[in-house]
Amino acid sequence: MTAKLVLENLKHRPMRSLLSILLIGVPVTLILCLVGLSHGFIEDSQKRARGIGADILMRPKTSSLLSLNGAPIPSQMVGFLARQPHVTMATGVLSVTVEGVTLGATGINYQEFTRMCGGFNFRSGGAFQRPDDVILDDYYASQTKAQPGDTITLLNTKWHVSGIMESGKLSHIVLPIATLQERIGNQANVNQIYLKLDDPANTDATVKYLLAIPGLEGYPIYSMEEFTSLLNVNNIPALAGFIAVVMGIGVVIGFAVVCLSMYMAVLQRTREIGILKSLGASKAFILGIILSEAFFLGLGGTILGILMSYGAAALIHALKPASLPMVIVYEWWWYAGAITVVGALLGALYPGLTAASHDPIEALSYE
Amino acid sequence: MNNGDIIQIRDLCKTYRVGKVDVPALRGVDLDVPKGHFLSIIGPSGSGKSTLFHIIGGLTPPTSGKVVVDGKDLSAMTDAGRTRMRKRTVGFVFQKFNLLPNLTARDNIAVARFIGGTDAKPEPEFEEVLRLLGINDRLDHKPNALSGGEQQRVAIARAIVNHPAILLADEPTGNLDTENSKAVLDVLRDLNQRLGQTILMITHNPEAAAYGNSTVHMRDGRITERT
Repeated sequence: MTAKLVLENLKHRPMRSLLSILLIGVPVTLILCLVGLSHGFIEDSQKRARGIGADILMRPKTSSLLSLNGAPIPSQMVGFLARQPHVTMATGVLSVTVEGVTLGATGINYQEFTRMCGGFNFRSGGAFQRPDDVILDDYYASQTKAQPGDTITLLNTKWHVSGIMESGKLSHIVLPIATLQERIGNQANVNQIYLKLDDPANTDATVKYLLAIPGLEGYPIYSMEEFTSLLNVNNIPALAGFIAVVMGIGVVIGFAVVCLSMYMAVLQRTREIGILKSLGASKAFILGIILSEAFFLGLGGTILGILMSYGAAALIHALKPASLPMVIVYEWWWYAGAITVVGALLGALYPGLTAASHDPIEALSYE
Repeated sequence: MNNGDIIQIRDLCKTYRVGKVDVPALRGVDLDVPKGHFLSIIGPSGSGKSTLFHIIGGLTPPTSGKVVVDGKDLSAMTDAGRTRMRKRTVGFVFQKFNLLPNLTARDNIAVARFIGGTDAKPEPEFEEVLRLLGINDRLDHKPNALSGGEQQRVAIARAIVNHPAILLADEPTGNLDTENSKAVLDVLRDLNQRLGQTILMITHNPEAAAYGNSTVHMRDGRITERT
């Protein structure tokens, strides 16, 4: 009977209920989008790293996991590393940022790189034929509507599209390394070196061996397995804190929306509260009704927020497929839901206590 | 005082504080009501009859004096105790019907059962009461789809569904036309005569008051006449 009373109360003021649910849903969507984008970015980076097919990665000194800032690596290092025990192949690449933090281009030695990764899977067009050729992945090609044979502008210079590849290897844009080095004035340098070994079982020993070579100390040298495992939300500076702040905002918004909404509801239903009290309803019963309504509003807001996060993911994919990839992180539904419901219940506490303490005679005479 | 009296009131006073001013609403009321009696209370506005109702119904505590309802001393009761008493000892019928607007008539009755601590579905015998009230085919409508008379009869059904010792009706015909007023008063009399329901009814209307077994007249917070 309590559930029926609560649901009928919510149905009786549909606009108030729907607006409350919408406003509660917005921070849920924000939380899920932020988490989804973080996880999507990480998963995408892991997938691209694994797609290269290397066993060991060397990055510039002072670089971070997600940024290649720092002193570049001399190209000669590629040949040096290729001569080390167990190393069967080495290739250096030069990664640059094209747009924001999410759209990067990578200069490669086509022959070396395709030998290491097994080649690109072309949707149309093919390998570099000219020094100014560029290969785009299908996401970026879809976003820019580029086709093989088109000319596009990247890094303030013109490039000729030679092929469209399936996404999942390295970055959205692949360029000939020599041309890229020349155009950005960074000749004879790379910023990542990938090594393939004779046997993946030798990876850890080889990493240890390389780190012990004089002159290589201080270079981050990872097995690819270790590098991809380090790519997680907890290893990205300030991201966990940022998510916590957004969650806090979610609680505050849920609290404020429900507090206002339920306070209005209590004012509108003063007479009905008087009726319930005249029937013998206790303070706990009245408080329970108000808290139950807040719970259902919080639940509705969570469900709507989840649905809106799917909408946001679809919108991002439709409008900017090569930007931040967003995934739906199911386990966060529970966190977002719990945060929202707690905020809603806290918000309903004051109106609920106000309603519970109404004098029945005054409430019954309320117009 | 008689042991068969379901209501025993002695020297009842109630004073409201309005701002910094004490306003006496009841100034020493003595009243005994036997079980199964239909008592009408008549008096002008401000005579204290509603305050008397609110005290008997446990909606507000007395300032002084003794009030015993169905063997329970209200003057010694806490707020929680009076809340418990309202569940099953008294049933209210108001001038403005006071049905919950978002529930059907059936659910309005069920809420009272639920709050009263029993199964929300009334006993099968209650169907007979609903037929007596003439609302058994209107139970699935919400209050805004019912006439004033029908709403008041639903309110009466809700008031008696927990078999209260006393039915308190505060101007039950005040918002009704003549025809519906008569129907509601007939129902109250039937409940009293057929089921032995003790009823206290406030009214301004002497014709309505005549439906009761006896009438008390109130003025300025006192009972001035008993007929």
